[in-house]
Amino acid sequence: MLPILHIGPLAIQTPGLILLLGLWIGISLTERQAHHHAIPAGKIYNLILWSAAAGIVAARLSYIASHFSSFAESPGSIVSLNTALLDPWAGAAGAFLAALIYGHRSQLPFWNTLDALTHLLAVFAVASGLSHLASGDAYGAPADLPWSIWLWGAYRHPSQVYETGAALFILFALWPQKGFIRPQAPGVRFLTFIALTAAARLFLEAFRGDSTLLPGGLRLAQLAAWIVLAACLWGLRKWIK
Amino acid sequence: MKSQAIAKYWYPLSALVLLLGAAWIWFSTAPPDLAASEAVQAPHQGFLAPDFELRNAAGESIRLSDLRGQAILLNIWATWCPPCQAEMPAMQAVYEAYQEDGFVILAVNAANQDDRQAVLSFIQEYSLTFPVLFDDSGSVAQTYLANALPTSFFIDRDGVIQEVVVGGPMSQALLHEQVQSLLEQP
Repeated sequence: MLPILHIGPLAIQTPGLILLLGLWIGISLTERQAHHHAIPAGKIYNLILWSAAAGIVAARLSYIASHFSSFAESPGSIVSLNTALLDPWAGAAGAFLAALIYGHRSQLPFWNTLDALTHLLAVFAVASGLSHLASGDAYGAPADLPWSIWLWGAYRHPSQVYETGAALFILFALWPQKGFIRPQAPGVRFLTFIALTAAARLFLEAFRGDSTLLPGGLRLAQLAAWIVLAACLWGLRKWIK
Repeated sequence: MKSQAIAKYWYPLSALVLLLGAAWIWFSTAPPDLAASEAVQAPHQGFLAPDFELRNAAGESIRLSDLRGQAILLNIWATWCPPCQAEMPAMQAVYEAYQEDGFVILAVNAANQDDRQAVLSFIQEYSLTFPVLFDDSGSVAQTYLANALPTSFFIDRDGVIQEVVVGGPMSQALLHEQVQSLLEQP
C-alpha cells in the first residue's frame, strides 16, 4: 500500500496518479490501434475527450442539483476540485450520451468504435487494480493463507492483486494482433472483453471483504456480473455462428 | 475447426458457464461475520476509528471513544500547510451550524512537526472554537496513516469511519454534505 508519493515538497496521491497514467497509456494505445478498426485516430481521441468533459460536467451538475442547499450557501464549491462532489452514475450517463452524440455526428461505426475503446478499457482495468493496491480499497476478506497480506487489522486475501492479475490476463489475451483471442467481426472484441471482465468479477468477488450484501449473504456485484455475462454471451452468439 | 466446434456448442457452453457462475454465487455467499469487519479498528472507510487520547491547549484530555454517540470530523493538520489553513474557516462555519445537533470537530495538530506558539496564534487568528488537540509524538498521525496533510475522517455516531478525505482544502459544500449524512444516520 502506497497511498501517498512524496516528491520533494509535493505529496501526490498515488491511486489518482496510477489512474491518470492508465488513462494516458490506454488513450495512446487506442489511438495507435484505431486504424485497425477503421476509425480515424483523431476522431477516437476527440470522442474520449468530449466524453470525459461531458462526464465531469454531468457528474458535478447532478451532484449540485441533488444537494442544492449546500451549494447555495457556498457557491464557490461549485468549482471545487474535490472529486467527492461528483455523482458517478450521472457522470457515466453524461459521458455515454456525449459519446453517442459525437459518434453519430462523426458517423463513427458503433461496434468498431466500441472495439477501439476496448484497448482503453482494458488498460484502465489494470490501472484500477493497481490503484486499489496503492490505496487499500477493494480489500479482501480475512483469510489465513500463505499469500495473505496484512491490511486493515487482519490477514486478508490480496484481492487487489487478484484483480490486477485478472485485468492483465484479459489485456494480454486481447492484445492487438498478438493476443490469443483475435476477434475478427466488429463488436466481438468489445463483447469478449466485457464478458471476460464480468466473469473475473463474478469469480473474484467471492474473496472480497467489502462486498455489498443482499439478504442471504448474496453479493450484489456477483449478481450484476452474472447478468452482464449472460447478456454478452447472448450478444456474441450471432458472430460465433 | 476449433471455432466451428465452439459455434456448434455455443448454446450448451453458454448455459454451462452461466450454470457454473450461478453455482459459484451460491457457494460463495458471504459468511455472517463478514460485516463484522466494522468491529476492527483501522483508518479506513467501514472500520472503527482507532481510539486515542490527546490533550488540548488547556491541558484537558480528550479521548475519541468518549465521544461515541456524536458525529465527528477528525482533521489532522499543521499551521504551515496551506490547504489546512484554507479549510479552517469552512470547518468553523460547519461546526457552528451543526454543533447543537451532536457534531464535533477534533482538529489534531501534527505537533511533532509544528510550533506550539504558531498553533495558539492560529487558533486565535481563525477564532476556532472546536477542540484543537496536540499530537506531540505523532502517534495519532501514524496510526491514521496521515501521510499527507490535511487528512480528514468523518466518523459516525457508532465510531465507524464513513469517509476519508486526503488532501484539501475541503469545500464548505462537501463538509455540509458529509456532516448532514453522518447526522441523518440512526
